[in-house]
Amino acid sequence: MASDSNGILASESSVKIPIIKYTKLFINGEFVDSVSGKTFETMDPRTGEVIARVAEADKEDVDLAVEAARAAFENGPWPRLPGSERGRIMLKFADLIDQHVEELASLDTVNAGNLFGNGKIAGIPSVANSLRYYAGAADKVHGEVLKMSRDFHGYTLLEPIGVVGHIIPWNFPSALFFTKVSPCLAAGCTMVVKPAEQTPLSAIYYAHLAKLAGVPDGVLNVITGFGQTAGAAISHHMDIDKVTFTGSTEVGREVMQAAAKSNLKQVSLELGGKSPLVIFDDADINMAVELALLGILYNKGEICVASSRVYVQDGIYDEFVKKLEDKVKTWVVGDPFDPNVRQGPQVDKQHFDKVLTYIEHGKREGATLLTGGKPLGNKGYYIEPTVFTDVKEDMLIAKDEIFGPVMALMKFKTTEEAIKKANNSKYGLAAGIITKDLNVANTVSRSIRAGIIWINCYLAFDRDCPYGGYKMSGFGRELGLQGLHKYLHTKSVVTPIYNSPWL
Amino acid sequence: MGTDFNGGSASFVKIPAIKFTQLFINGGFVDSVSGKTFETIDPRTGEVITRVAEGDKEDVDLAVNAARAAFDHGTWPRLPGAGRGRIMMKFADLIDQHVEELATLDTIDAGKLFSFGKTRDIPKVAEMVRYYAGAADKIHGEVLKISRNLQAYTMLEPIGVVGLIVPWNFPSTLLFAKVSPALAAGCTMVIKPAEQTPLSALYFAYLAKLAGVPDGVFNVITGFGKTAGAAISHHMGIDKVSFTGSTEVGREVMQAAAKSNLKQVSLELGGKSPLVIFEDADINMAADLALLGVLYNKGEICVASSRIYVQEGIYDEFVKKLQEKAKDWVVGDPFDPNVHQGPQVDKKQFDKILTYIEHGKNEGATLLTGGKPLGNKGYYIEPTIFTDVKDDMLIAQDEIFGPVMALMRFKTIEEAIQRANNTRYGLAAGIITKDLNVANTVSRSIRAGIIWINCYFAFDRDCPYGGYKMSGFGREFGMQGLYEYLHSKSVVTPIYNSPWL
Repeated sequence: MASDSNGILASESSVKIPIIKYTKLFINGEFVDSVSGKTFETMDPRTGEVIARVAEADKEDVDLAVEAARAAFENGPWPRLPGSERGRIMLKFADLIDQHVEELASLDTVNAGNLFGNGKIAGIPSVANSLRYYAGAADKVHGEVLKMSRDFHGYTLLEPIGVVGHIIPWNFPSALFFTKVSPCLAAGCTMVVKPAEQTPLSAIYYAHLAKLAGVPDGVLNVITGFGQTAGAAISHHMDIDKVTFTGSTEVGREVMQAAAKSNLKQVSLELGGKSPLVIFDDADINMAVELALLGILYNKGEICVASSRVYVQDGIYDEFVKKLEDKVKTWVVGDPFDPNVRQGPQVDKQHFDKVLTYIEHGKREGATLLTGGKPLGNKGYYIEPTVFTDVKEDMLIAKDEIFGPVMALMKFKTTEEAIKKANNSKYGLAAGIITKDLNVANTVSRSIRAGIIWINCYLAFDRDCPYGGYKMSGFGRELGLQGLHKYLHTKSVVTPIYNSPWL
Repeated sequence: MGTDFNGGSASFVKIPAIKFTQLFINGGFVDSVSGKTFETIDPRTGEVITRVAEGDKEDVDLAVNAARAAFDHGTWPRLPGAGRGRIMMKFADLIDQHVEELATLDTIDAGKLFSFGKTRDIPKVAEMVRYYAGAADKIHGEVLKISRNLQAYTMLEPIGVVGLIVPWNFPSTLLFAKVSPALAAGCTMVIKPAEQTPLSALYFAYLAKLAGVPDGVFNVITGFGKTAGAAISHHMGIDKVSFTGSTEVGREVMQAAAKSNLKQVSLELGGKSPLVIFEDADINMAADLALLGVLYNKGEICVASSRIYVQEGIYDEFVKKLQEKAKDWVVGDPFDPNVHQGPQVDKKQFDKILTYIEHGKNEGATLLTGGKPLGNKGYYIEPTIFTDVKDDMLIAQDEIFGPVMALMRFKTIEEAIQRANNTRYGLAAGIITKDLNVANTVSRSIRAGIIWINCYFAFDRDCPYGGYKMSGFGREFGMQGLYEYLHSKSVVTPIYNSPWL
């Protein structure tokens, strides 16, 4: 069998649902019910069962949050603090996150099916480090003095944009929360955050920690609810200065249109991908197989930069496929609290069904199912790691983003062919290249149209490395200092000068 | 009488032979696929100058195909920056060599002052091309400070095929605010000049070809916003659209971009910019700037200082000086070197401005001077000043885009800041004071993309310019203007045994 299933064990030894302490909206420094009093269920994808009920926000709640954020920006201390003072509070916030790492990791595990071990050792600490990174940047935001061509003194000021709306997806509820919140805090903005309806729990917890850290009331507001109501209220809001959205391409369109119809707020979008991993003949086949599997199975394939199209040069194709089949067998699917497990359940039923539908498409379209293809267990949303070979470029499974543990494996002959196929996608988020050849690496990295290119590695993110889409994968960059500049806008100030000894 | 008018003088009618009236696609002038043409009008007389090819979706498709081929396979992005720079320098020289003809085209098409065009606007266009020509080989990505054993750097790559939608008020300047950095970046483009002012863009296309800009890099589709413009915003093969124009059309452009291929968008929209004059101002200088701020280019400028706030201590004296100076403001044929203000660009604008003047009267503002059209031919309007304007009047909230000033008084700095910011727009603002602290505080407090202290309209090639709030987003001019046409790609590789991290 292609993979071990520990799905059945899940219900016994590893059920570790933490006590859910916070389930309300966080507005102006307090936990409050929604105006309507409505709540909604949040589920555990290991079992399909309800974990808790959480406040369900709608337009009126977003209005209250925006009012609080607006007051905090216009009259409150946050933007008026020196950068280093915002930095100090952010460092405190980071420390509090480290102190609560297990609780936070378990919230994302029970809510999103993310691996607990990963969350505890890497995911959550990384979030604290992202706060520390931007805390250290807050007092190093520089405008420029310009080189005017006449007797004028001109300079630019990088000012905080104002009230920002953040719409967060469900696949990395903590990482993507802080990818947006950390630089936004550092810039001196205030914000209204809407976590995905599938994964509201950790966001609310972070709100509690933010208050403990000393983030002033109204600066960070968390509105749990649904995209069509609370999310749309943010995109349409007349008093939000910018909306940042990470999620699907179709919802990205809605967000941008809503922004245009309302107050022409600034928009940045981080959307889908169908990223190619191109493996040349000179690759170390073992390393290539590891990366290819990691690239598509990490976080159960629920990652926008998943290497869902793998192109292997024909010289090593057969050996690669053999090694891949062997390696896949060792990929353990099961309860994400189990430290031996590498892949938890898909996030919810809707998504589980969608991935299975694509697998059926793959079979019907005539691709060869090398391994996997079936759900695992009879509880929760577990799917076997699935590899298709003999995939043609125009098949749905080669074009659409499946967002699950499904690889499309193809072969190629020449570098030119690889580049052409890699670029044959409406998306342009990431790409991987495996080769030892310097010239191949340089040419191909410049030729593939994607926002981040990994050479001999994959999913190699870093706090200082900007990341974002080309083409229909979106626009705007997160991480690094570019991620900070997203929350600042440029004001030019010009004054005449007299008798300047230089121009 | 409030102003002099020289509109009727026959000696200044100087319509040149119009050499280029067809679409420019892939290096050649061609008719539109439909064969349709449309009239372009001279606002000095309301008469037709000539007919120009009317582009529609099929023509935009052809232009995008040419631009796409030029980008994906052609030489332009593959030239070193200095190579693009050399061709752009040639382009700039050709512009200088044809300065009179170009200035004339904008005068008869848009009613702009010929002398300004000849001595300022067109030469500045050439200077802007040179500025970006010199920047093309100085585009830097960064090597990053990675926290593990990885080497990473960013590359700033040309975005690809860009759609440039240019308005009618500064047909040459605003064309090159977009074209120059796009060329320097290595992008290829499809340009749609405003339907009111197609002529100079077509001439520039001819000069681009002469300069050696390769076929397909620079394409011009003349036509209407609802057809050709919309085709650009909706196009699945355009990577970015850069639009300057009204806020309402800006909304359309952004929605179209979202519905089609989620192309990047930058918008340069309207304004209702405040000029705040403090008591310590030199009253003469302040009055000159105030008039210039709202009458320059017949008020058809997005950064017009259409709201003037004067601190009460100097208010009465200011109003008196303003009235005197307005008398010297000559309205007439834009070819006449003594004229300060030509005709509004077309009948639609002319009517719109007069409607706003009526609103002003109906709303109860006091008409200090002007308020009426001039002459019986063309679209001339008297410089118009309203006082006793309240912040919630239409004439204080809406962008009129004409020679109409709303004059108001204020007491304190806090009041000035609050009222300056009391608008959905945020394009520019002016502050007149000698006091350092007032200048610093107020410049930081007014929400606008460019703040002029003791000056107005002080643009510069190196000074980024763009909107806050509903005036848009994105920046033009300066190096920031260049970055609009580049996107960032990160490249990451593991390293081994690095002696430092």
